[in-house]
Amino acid sequence: MLSRPRRAGPMANGSQTLNMLRGFIILLVFQGIGEAAAHYGKVPIPGPVIGMVLLFLALTFRGSEMPIWLGQTGYFMIRWLALMFVPACVGLFFLPTSHVGQWLAIIGVIVLATLLTLTATACVMKHLLQPETKHR
Amino acid sequence: MMAWISPASLLAVTFAAFTPAFYLYKISKVPPAIHPLLHPLVTAPLLVSGLLLLVDVDYSQYRQANSPLFFLLGTATVALAIPLHQQFHHIRKLVKPLLITLLFGASFAVISALSVAWLLGASIDTLISLTPKSVTTPIALGITEKIGGEPGLTAGVVVFTGVVGAAFGPILFRWLNITDDRIKGFVLGISAHAVGTARAFEISSRCGAFASLGLGLTGILTAALLPWVVTAFLR
Repeated sequence: MLSRPRRAGPMANGSQTLNMLRGFIILLVFQGIGEAAAHYGKVPIPGPVIGMVLLFLALTFRGSEMPIWLGQTGYFMIRWLALMFVPACVGLFFLPTSHVGQWLAIIGVIVLATLLTLTATACVMKHLLQPETKHR
Repeated sequence: MMAWISPASLLAVTFAAFTPAFYLYKISKVPPAIHPLLHPLVTAPLLVSGLLLLVDVDYSQYRQANSPLFFLLGTATVALAIPLHQQFHHIRKLVKPLLITLLFGASFAVISALSVAWLLGASIDTLISLTPKSVTTPIALGITEKIGGEPGLTAGVVVFTGVVGAAFGPILFRWLNITDDRIKGFVLGISAHAVGTARAFEISSRCGAFASLGLGLTGILTAALLPWVVTAFLR
């Protein structure tokens, strides 16, 4: 029902650009509040994560339905997440050389431990959700 | 001294590498084909780093030029609140199993990293830098500073973890016969942070919402607890 927001109708076409901006302003405002909270609160949690929590709380306790334009801007940003990660992933090939002797261990840890974590966590959650479907 | 290259062209390199990477991923997406290493998060960085090595540009220069993308990553993180809000009625019904999975997954990520690293003979400094590997980069960097790890190594390890999780997670789920998008999403968010979350949104927006939840909760929980654990056992 409340899934992916519908494309704005023909009436909204003229103001679509403005709607995009409105959504962007909301996101930036919450990012800003989050950054300020992280800066002054001296917590190790990054500003955008605080901003995400605050926006979630605001949307949930606001009462009325979320405006369509905010959903459009939000999903637009999310659709490009992978692209935004590319520069960070490039850093992988330019790591500090101080751990040269440890590469086998490091790569082993990442690949093995990550696959183990994925498997174990997925099995635990599947087991926990089982009672829900048992009665079929 | 390295040659000067305009920041705009270094930003363009990212976009230019992403385009064929994305196209390759799209055409390789024939259902039974196994293509985890063809994900744009694997191929695009490979293309970019190859190019940077070829023209002899160092990473800090590239990173500087791409800072708009790093900034927008923060904005996109805020936007994750939207699917989270829309899927909240599903989440509210599952508070208990989600919390148990979170506690299990977040501690298992740390313990498995420590034990595999210890078995493979890693030094104590490396061990410490590896512990926050399943947490999103900015939180992991804060943690590693606090516990005396090396930020450069932690950043690399975190990103690599995300890429491995995003690339192989969906295949593992198929092997484990997991079809529930809520499980896929939450597990990807817990063990492969934001990179896993980006992958989860390709599966469905419900999957993405559960991933956002796992990502946020794991980050907060690990940031709160890991420094205590490390000072108690490793230092």
